[in-house]
Amino acid sequence: MALFEIAEPGAAPLPHVRRRAIGIDLGTTHSLVATVRNGPAVVLPDAEGRPLVPSIVRYAPAGVEVGYAAMAHQATDAGNTIVSVKRLMGRGLADLADARRFPYRFVDSPGMLRIDTRAGVKSPVEVSAEILRALRERAELALGGPVEGAVVTVPAYFDDAQRQATKAAAALAGLPVLRLLNEPTAAALAYGLDNASEGVYAVYDLGGGTFDISILRLTRGVFEVLSTNGDPALGGDDFDHRVMCWIIETAALPPLTPADARRLLIASREAKEMLTGHDAAPIVATLSSGDAVNVMLTKDLFTEITRTLVQKTLQPVRRALRDAGLVVGDIKGVVLVGGATRMPQVRRAVGELFGQPPLLNLNPDEVVALGAAVQANKLAGNRDRDDDWLLLDVVPLSLGLETMGGLTEKIIPRNSTIPVARMQEFTTFKDGQSAMAIHVLQGEREKVADCRSLARFELRGIPPLTAGAARIAVTFAVDADGVLDVTARESTTGVEAAVTVKPSFGLSDGEIARMLRDSFAHAADDMTARALAEAQVDADRMLAATDAALAQDADLLHGDERAAIDAALADVRIARGGEDRARLAAAIEALNRGTEAFAGRRMDRGVARALTGRRLDAVLEERR
Amino acid sequence: MLDFNRNHFELFALPLRFAIDTHALEAAYRALQGEVHPDRHAGGTPADQRAALQASALVNEAYRTLRSPASRAEYLLSLHGIDARIETDTALPLDFLERQLERREAAADAAAARDAPALESALADVRAESRALESRLAALLDGAADPALARTPVRELRFLVKAAEDLAALEAVLDEPVDG
Repeated sequence: MALFEIAEPGAAPLPHVRRRAIGIDLGTTHSLVATVRNGPAVVLPDAEGRPLVPSIVRYAPAGVEVGYAAMAHQATDAGNTIVSVKRLMGRGLADLADARRFPYRFVDSPGMLRIDTRAGVKSPVEVSAEILRALRERAELALGGPVEGAVVTVPAYFDDAQRQATKAAAALAGLPVLRLLNEPTAAALAYGLDNASEGVYAVYDLGGGTFDISILRLTRGVFEVLSTNGDPALGGDDFDHRVMCWIIETAALPPLTPADARRLLIASREAKEMLTGHDAAPIVATLSSGDAVNVMLTKDLFTEITRTLVQKTLQPVRRALRDAGLVVGDIKGVVLVGGATRMPQVRRAVGELFGQPPLLNLNPDEVVALGAAVQANKLAGNRDRDDDWLLLDVVPLSLGLETMGGLTEKIIPRNSTIPVARMQEFTTFKDGQSAMAIHVLQGEREKVADCRSLARFELRGIPPLTAGAARIAVTFAVDADGVLDVTARESTTGVEAAVTVKPSFGLSDGEIARMLRDSFAHAADDMTARALAEAQVDADRMLAATDAALAQDADLLHGDERAAIDAALADVRIARGGEDRARLAAAIEALNRGTEAFAGRRMDRGVARALTGRRLDAVLEERR
Repeated sequence: MLDFNRNHFELFALPLRFAIDTHALEAAYRALQGEVHPDRHAGGTPADQRAALQASALVNEAYRTLRSPASRAEYLLSLHGIDARIETDTALPLDFLERQLERREAAADAAAARDAPALESALADVRAESRALESRLAALLDGAADPALARTPVRELRFLVKAAEDLAALEAVLDEPVDG
């Protein structure tokens, strides 16, 4: 489909204008931004040439610091310096196994906890947005203009609340998100394209605070995720913590202040990193009491005290294999992702489980951002060499509803390929029942209490009927970002009651709007100008896409249908020239509504073409 | 609007039969997603993107249905106007049920004894019985027989799919440490 090579008659052709697209790996301990300029994806470093941004945000007296500047104060200003905020995304206080491990003043609030800082109470979404903003600014400096599209990665095992929180953070940071991409899938893309791989691969991704395992089948440019599993609260951080506990025990230390705990944690991390290349690491620190800590950690002891953590990653691997219907012998290669996979005991355990040494020919810190950049480049419409590939991902955890007796009924089972939509019918159990409560859940367990509650809503206005007569259709739809949308509809009597909810993660749309407003509070004009600029970008995209569609498929329209679309196009062009955002938005919406039937017919033609036209050769060849 | 009247076999350009060429199904699936997946329409209008989302979800659903022999058989019967879903009618032949009950009891004992090989052999049994049913179904559904005759074996096959899932879940528990 040469969508963007068809220029509007009379307009200058702009086929080689590259849209500024970036891939962001928003990690627990550090984050990266990458892009495709010409050729392979590259990580964008800072002015000092450092590729990583520590995922640390400090609310300093003079303002917000991000990255290395914040890192310098993580021990001295621990309460206002937020590290590993990714672990808090979409989580309530009750979700944290050990809230005391964190030196923050937590404020519990429905859905997602908050942190009380010097700069006020902050949601993890706002903290993450500071990191994303820093990455966006780095990219804009390097690319010479505003970012037009971003792919942000999330752990494959992130649930709906965590995905929605990540999307909200990106919106707050002013990033136009093209797609949320699962981290192991991004890594597989970077690896597979580099090595022209075919066959079934496992991606073992042990990051700073999350663990994912994904099993993918690579066939002729299609990256099909067969299954995924993981632990959203297990990563390199936990190895540091294990070392710290060992120090406290060995040196018989009294209870630590938050600053001392942070200091020891940093020393633990340094020792962990040193043990990758050495047989022993000295741990030396001075506590605020003046007491000195001076111990030696050997590689063998480190392996011993972290054995259970490594074992904890192997269960999800076995589950993922079982869900994919495969045995270890089916796996052609194991790709390691995440800085924590540098630990020799991790590599050894993975190698033993799969019966083959893992593949080491890529940088485990950078591969996720690189894969995200490649996808961003493609989704933004930049065409490059051999870009005829496709990602087919899955939903990591089952989605369902609460039914009688506090049990869950699964509507979409885990590892269903996305996008997916599934409908299930329910009925009333009382005569004249006019409302039905719907409780949306995510998880594998049978009891409601053991699953994550994503949303509760009520379908009202059900016409009074005898018990069991009403038919309520509940539809679950998961889009290509892995984000859920639920609709309920009663249709027996033709009187339709419908409601659609985005499961909440503790931030209402109003709250997000307020945060966005606040971030522009100093310049109200900025906000207006930005809104107009965004609508204009939308308009240009709509005009280009509609023109291209007409050039290709105008024969699908009757004369008067074509005239209506032309009129709507002309109206967008007129509004595009003015300054009235509301008028432009209305014109865009009218064009969009006016082309809906056309879009459906074009999709249908695509379906027919896929099996009859130029692709048939490939189909037949594969059949052989 | 996408043509939702096309049945799943037509969608993948496959003959309307129970016995299918799975390689052809997979290749057609990849070709279709290559055309309709939302990633292919990221530069389109919101209407294009919505159409892509719907079409891609439909292709996924159709693929899921045809890939599994039990759901493929149920779907074929539904095209003949026969509801073979076990949820709507749980009655099954007595000898079949007796065999399954015995197997389930044996599996529960094996799980309690943490006897993984016994569970594995029970699973192999279920798979063998499933394959036998699939051959019978191919003869019934793809031959000249009345499709209604396939209703009971289809429901038996669905029962076996659930039994295999239950056995796999028991095995999964054995994988995990006793204290975990």
